Amino acid sequence: MWHNAFLQLATCNLQLSNMIEIKDVNKSFGEKQILKGVSAVMETGKTNLIIGTSGSGKTVLQKCMVGLFEVDGGEILYDGKSFTTMPEDERKELRQQIGMLFQGSALFDSMTVEQNVKFPLDMFTKWDHKKKIDRVNEVLERVNLKDTNKKFPAEVSGGMKKRVGIARAIVLNPKYLFCDEPNSGLDPQTSMVIDLLIKEITEEYNMTTVINTHDMNSVMEIGENILYMFEGEKEWIGNNKEIIFSKNQRLNEFIFASEFLRDAKDMRMLEEKGIINNERNMDALMEDPETHLLMGDNEKRESHPDREEKKP
Amino acid sequence: MKFLSTFGSYILLIKGMFTKPENYKMYWKEFVHQCVEIGIGALGIVVIISVFMGAVSAVQTAAQLTNPLVPKTTISQVVRDTVITEFAPTLVCIVLAGVIGSKIAGELGNMRVSEQIDALEIMGINTKSYLVMPKILAALVTIPLLVVIAMVLGILGGRIASTMGGIVSGDIFDKGLLMGFTPFYVTFAMAKAYTFSFILSSVPAFYGYNVKGGALEIGRASTTAVVASCILILFADYILAAILL
Repeated sequence: MWHNAFLQLATCNLQLSNMIEIKDVNKSFGEKQILKGVSAVMETGKTNLIIGTSGSGKTVLQKCMVGLFEVDGGEILYDGKSFTTMPEDERKELRQQIGMLFQGSALFDSMTVEQNVKFPLDMFTKWDHKKKIDRVNEVLERVNLKDTNKKFPAEVSGGMKKRVGIARAIVLNPKYLFCDEPNSGLDPQTSMVIDLLIKEITEEYNMTTVINTHDMNSVMEIGENILYMFEGEKEWIGNNKEIIFSKNQRLNEFIFASEFLRDAKDMRMLEEKGIINNERNMDALMEDPETHLLMGDNEKRESHPDREEKKP
Repeated sequence: MKFLSTFGSYILLIKGMFTKPENYKMYWKEFVHQCVEIGIGALGIVVIISVFMGAVSAVQTAAQLTNPLVPKTTISQVVRDTVITEFAPTLVCIVLAGVIGSKIAGELGNMRVSEQIDALEIMGINTKSYLVMPKILAALVTIPLLVVIAMVLGILGGRIASTMGGIVSGDIFDKGLLMGFTPFYVTFAMAKAYTFSFILSSVPAFYGYNVKGGALEIGRASTTAVVASCILILFADYILAAILL
């Protein structure tokens, strides 16, 4: 019995490692309160998404988490240690375990791709030049970038800049990876590539990844743990499977903003229930009260006055 | 009130620079890079300004010394003292405030706006220390050297203008240079050079480091930095003259 209890405790501790906890965080700028008592847990080995409309406070929350903004109240815990009250020396050490991909990539303009990725190694390791270059090539290959070492950031595309940003963020094998809108300014296909790359790297390095996004594709594709924020407050927490069935009106309005997405959601719900693409279940489908409810929604949408006005 | 708040932030920036470097080698590399950027980068303009400054000084002094009782050696004495005490340190530093100041403010402003400073902070680097201190130290090393070069070239310019313009012969000019020389003037000029170097590097660094916004704000910060540096240089010039002379 004791053996089992010990194992459970050990497993629990393992799950807790590298976890980020946000406890009742408040942040104001002047008289405007941006974050209002936000609490959440960012899980290890998962892609944790912070989503919300513009101005909902997701960027401020992320900046508070990495220490670019100081919180007014509440606490942020890295692996159980309070980052908020941590002395500056300890913070510096912790920051070496944090990688961050910025919205605009934040690459150093005057340095080549290779120098950008090598910079954290130059600053924090005593490796010889060859070992550093080997590591740089390894991470550049990992993000599928080849033959770009000697190019300057201005000479590569937006998607490539993001990859260089990811390579620089993971070069020191960080425990935590933060991404601020990694898809902004990218086409949907490249966005998906970047999303999947982040997810793969998260699993490979067993990192705690926190992504700040309002990209619908990212939410549905890599949202293993999603925090939806509305006007500085935590509105909903779940994952990409649960989001389909969420009854939260604000979340639904945000995620399924277009009619096409609403229809796609309805189809997905029916698919999940296993009652479409199966003719034998059609009778059951018609008898299901939730189906009627959905159809009723569709009828309502079809008869929406705005939509009728647009018809010739 | 705003002035006090700005001054307080400036002091905090300077105070924040003094921490243990994360990697001495990288800091040294950045310092050498800044020495090249500031020293070599500004050398051309310093050479041109100094030569013409000395030449104009010689011609104007000669034009005003019409009294036949005043010896011609006075021209070179006036050129020497004005170049050493005022033209080389003050005028050169005011020009450098424009050249180097706008460059520092623009560079740091761009780094701030494009989140490069945030990227460094998240890596665990003290950006005040890594980005601002090497610039100030590089200015403190290279600008006094540029001022010394400006002194030499200013006097040389005066000599060239005097001899080529037929104002005085080279021998008389050289004789005048050695007459009544006060070595303290060089000390005074160097005190000014160090003070102005600190002002023209730290003030633009402060404005650039604290830029908020976009490209427009970077331009505004550069202009404000140059104007503030020039005013502070002139103010410091008066204070030093009042104290030391």
